[in-house]
Amino acid sequence: MKNLDSVFAAYLVGWGVFFVFYLTIAKRTSNLRAELDRLKNSLPRAK
Amino acid sequence: MSKRIILAAVAILLVIAAAYASFFLAPEERTMGLIQRIFYFHAATAWAGEMTFFVCFLANLLYVWKRQPKYDWLGVSSAEVGLACITVVLITGPIWAHPVWGIWWTWDARLTSTFVLWLLYVSYLLLRTLIEEPERRALLSALFGIFAFLDVPLVFFSIRWWRTQHPQPVIMGGSGSGLDPTMSKVFFFSVLAMHVLAAFLIVERYVLEKMNSELDFLAREVEAQ
Repeated sequence: MKNLDSVFAAYLVGWGVFFVFYLTIAKRTSNLRAELDRLKNSLPRAK
Repeated sequence: MSKRIILAAVAILLVIAAAYASFFLAPEERTMGLIQRIFYFHAATAWAGEMTFFVCFLANLLYVWKRQPKYDWLGVSSAEVGLACITVVLITGPIWAHPVWGIWWTWDARLTSTFVLWLLYVSYLLLRTLIEEPERRALLSALFGIFAFLDVPLVFFSIRWWRTQHPQPVIMGGSGSGLDPTMSKVFFFSVLAMHVLAAFLIVERYVLEKMNSELDFLAREVEAQ
């Protein structure tokens, strides 16, 4: 199984990039949702 | 079940099936052996990245023409996903190259134009962080995105126009090129899987950008009161 380590590294790092990218989107979405809810709640009070 | 969850499930199933096919269904290449299996992931991701930049290009053109924020959201979403794809391509390529060529990197036309493509879309995203005003940011980044896309055909045709260290095309490469029929099926299945994954990521990123815009609007409303 020559070069198995290279094949493994390529797939691991490649999928790692996509996974981390998705995690950053999910985290930013979750933070924004919380911020949006906070602002929506503050709007009626401001009126 | 929401459409986004269905798309996520389909993307995950397809990429798992593509990885299985790459390792267990595709025949082993005679001269390179196991290391050639990186090709199914590397090249399929490159195709998905280039298609994603094409979506960004269309969105940029539509924004310049119609000035609707949804095209700006689509432009930045597809640029980020394309950048993730090209990052994977620039990592997996050298991992394949080192055992095959004996070097990690060389400045040939394909590798250099791909690296320039990566730099152009990093610049596209950096440019957006430098401009506060939303309409001005959208317009300038759309114009820059249209310019950045000019490198995509250059990347695609570089191995057809010039002699490169990078392998010559095995798909649409003219006479003398081609793949074993099973390898070809596995490759196109991998291309499909990576395109569906890219579509899923664009949708998720688009939702985020739309929320970001709503947040800006709400923040201005609160500030005005």
